[in-house]
Amino acid sequence: MEVFQQLINGLSLGSIYALIALGYTMVYGIIQLINFAHGDVLMVGAYVGWFSMTALHMNMFAALATAMAACAVLGVVIERVAYKPLRNSTRIAALITAIGVSLFLEYVMMYFVGANPKAYPDLTGFMAGSFTIHGVIIKNIQLVIIGISVLLMIILQLIVQRTRVGKAMRAVSQDADAARLMGINVDNTISVTFAIGSALAGAAGVMWGLYYVSINPLMGLMPGLKAFVAAVFGGIGLIPGALLGAYAVGFIETIAKGVGLSTYSDAVVFLVLILILIIKPAGLLGKNTKEKV
Amino acid sequence: MLEIKDLDVHYGGIHALKGISLQVDDGEIVTLIGANGAGKSTTLRTISGLKKPTAGSVLVDGRDITKMSAPNRVALGLSQVPEGRRIFTQMTVLENLELGSYRRKDGNRGKDLQEVFGRFPVLADRRKQLGGTLSGGEQQMLAMGRAMMAKPRILLLDEPSMGLAPLLVQEIFEIITEINKDGTTILLVEQNANKALQVAKRAYVMETGRIVISGDAAELMKTEDIKKAYLGG
Repeated sequence: MEVFQQLINGLSLGSIYALIALGYTMVYGIIQLINFAHGDVLMVGAYVGWFSMTALHMNMFAALATAMAACAVLGVVIERVAYKPLRNSTRIAALITAIGVSLFLEYVMMYFVGANPKAYPDLTGFMAGSFTIHGVIIKNIQLVIIGISVLLMIILQLIVQRTRVGKAMRAVSQDADAARLMGINVDNTISVTFAIGSALAGAAGVMWGLYYVSINPLMGLMPGLKAFVAAVFGGIGLIPGALLGAYAVGFIETIAKGVGLSTYSDAVVFLVLILILIIKPAGLLGKNTKEKV
Repeated sequence: MLEIKDLDVHYGGIHALKGISLQVDDGEIVTLIGANGAGKSTTLRTISGLKKPTAGSVLVDGRDITKMSAPNRVALGLSQVPEGRRIFTQMTVLENLELGSYRRKDGNRGKDLQEVFGRFPVLADRRKQLGGTLSGGEQQMLAMGRAMMAKPRILLLDEPSMGLAPLLVQEIFEIITEINKDGTTILLVEQNANKALQVAKRAYVMETGRIVISGDAAELMKTEDIKKAYLGG
C-alpha cells in the first residue's frame, strides 16, 4: 500500500511541477532562454493568492484566478523590460539577466512582506477532508490540485493546438523569421507566451501554498529548479516532455521520501537527471531532428 | 508597383548592398541573377523587411515602406518564399498552409486552399503529414503554396530551384509562369540563370552588391558577357 500512497503523493506534487515546467519549456521553446525568474513568478503568485484569501477574503478559486492574472501581467512586464532589449545579444547575457530578475523579485517581495514565512488560511469544508481506500490516505486537496492542473493542461493544449495565437506560438518557436514572413507579430506572440507560462506558474504558487501552507519570498527557488530539471528531463522546448518530466520528478521525489531517504530526496532527483542526460542528452522525448534542404 | 531606390545594407562591417535600385511593374516576372554572395538574397530580405537597410528606400505603389515591419508588409501584399524553403517542419502541411493566410481577414480560405491543392495536388495527398517528412521538391511546393495562401500581389521567390532534380526544376518554373499568368507579380532570385531568363520579362544582374547589367530578359540571353558568365557558354 505504501507504493500507492507515494503514487498519489507523487501525482499531486508532479501536477504542480508540471504547471511550472510548462512555463519553462514554452519560454525556452520560443526564445531559447532559461527563465530563471520563473520560480519567483510562482512565489509572487503564492503571495497574491495569500493576500486575496486573507485580506480580501476571496474563496480559493477567485484567489487562484487573481494570482494567475497578476502573474500573467508580471510575466509580460518582465519580458518587455528585461529580456526584449537583449533579444539579439548573447544567450549568457540574457541568462544572467534572468538570474538578476529572480533576485530582484525575491528581495523586493522580502522588502514588502518581510523574510518570515506567512501561512495560508486553513482549509475548510470539503477541502480539509480526506478518505482512505485500502489503507491509502487521499486528501481531497490532492484531488483538487490534480484536477485543476489537468484542467489547465487541457486548456493549454487546446490553445496551442487549435487557436490562431497557439499556431503563431508554434510557428515562432520553430522559425521566427519564417513566422514574420507569414505576417505574425513575433513580439506579441512572445508576450502571449510569457503571459500564459506565468499564469500557470501563478496557479502553481497558489496550489503550493494550499498544500504546504507556509510561503516565503525564497520559496520559488526549489520548485523552480526542480521544474526546470523536469523540463530538461523530458526534452526542453517540448510540452509533452515537460509533463512527462514533471510527473517523473514528482514520483522520484516521493518514492525517495517513501523509502526513508527524505533528507536526500532532492539529491536523488538531480542524480537521476544527471544519469538521464548522460544516456539521452536531448531529454526523454528530445530528438535531433534533421531537416531536408 | 515595387521599387527600391539606392539601397545600402550592411551586415556588421560587411557592405552587402551598395546602392541597389530596381523596379518591378504590375504583372511582370522580373529576375535577379548573379553568383553566390552577390547580394540577391539580401535584396529580397530587405524588400520583405527581414533586414533593415542602412540607407535607401523600398516603395510599394509609390508608398515608402522602408520602416514598416515584415509582418505588416505581408498584409500589404508582399509575400516571400525564403531561401531553403523554411517551412514549419513540425507542423502538418495543412497547418503550414493555414499559417500562410494568417493575416487575411477577407474572403474564403477554404476556396483558396482548394486553389493551392489544385495547383499542387501532392500537397492535398499529404495534408496531414508533417512538413519535415516531405521531399525537397514537395517542401518547395509547400513553401510556394503557403505564400500563395496570403493572396500576395507581389511574390518574392528566393532560389526556388535550389537542390531540385531537373524534372522538378522544370515543373517549378512552369508553376511560376502559371502563377504569374493568374495575376501575381513576381520577383525571382535565381542561380539557374538560364531558366530564370526564359520565364522572366526583364532581368537584373548582380555582382558583389551592385547591379551591373539590366534589361530585357530575352535580349540579355543573347549577350556574350552573360552567356560566358552565367549561362555556361
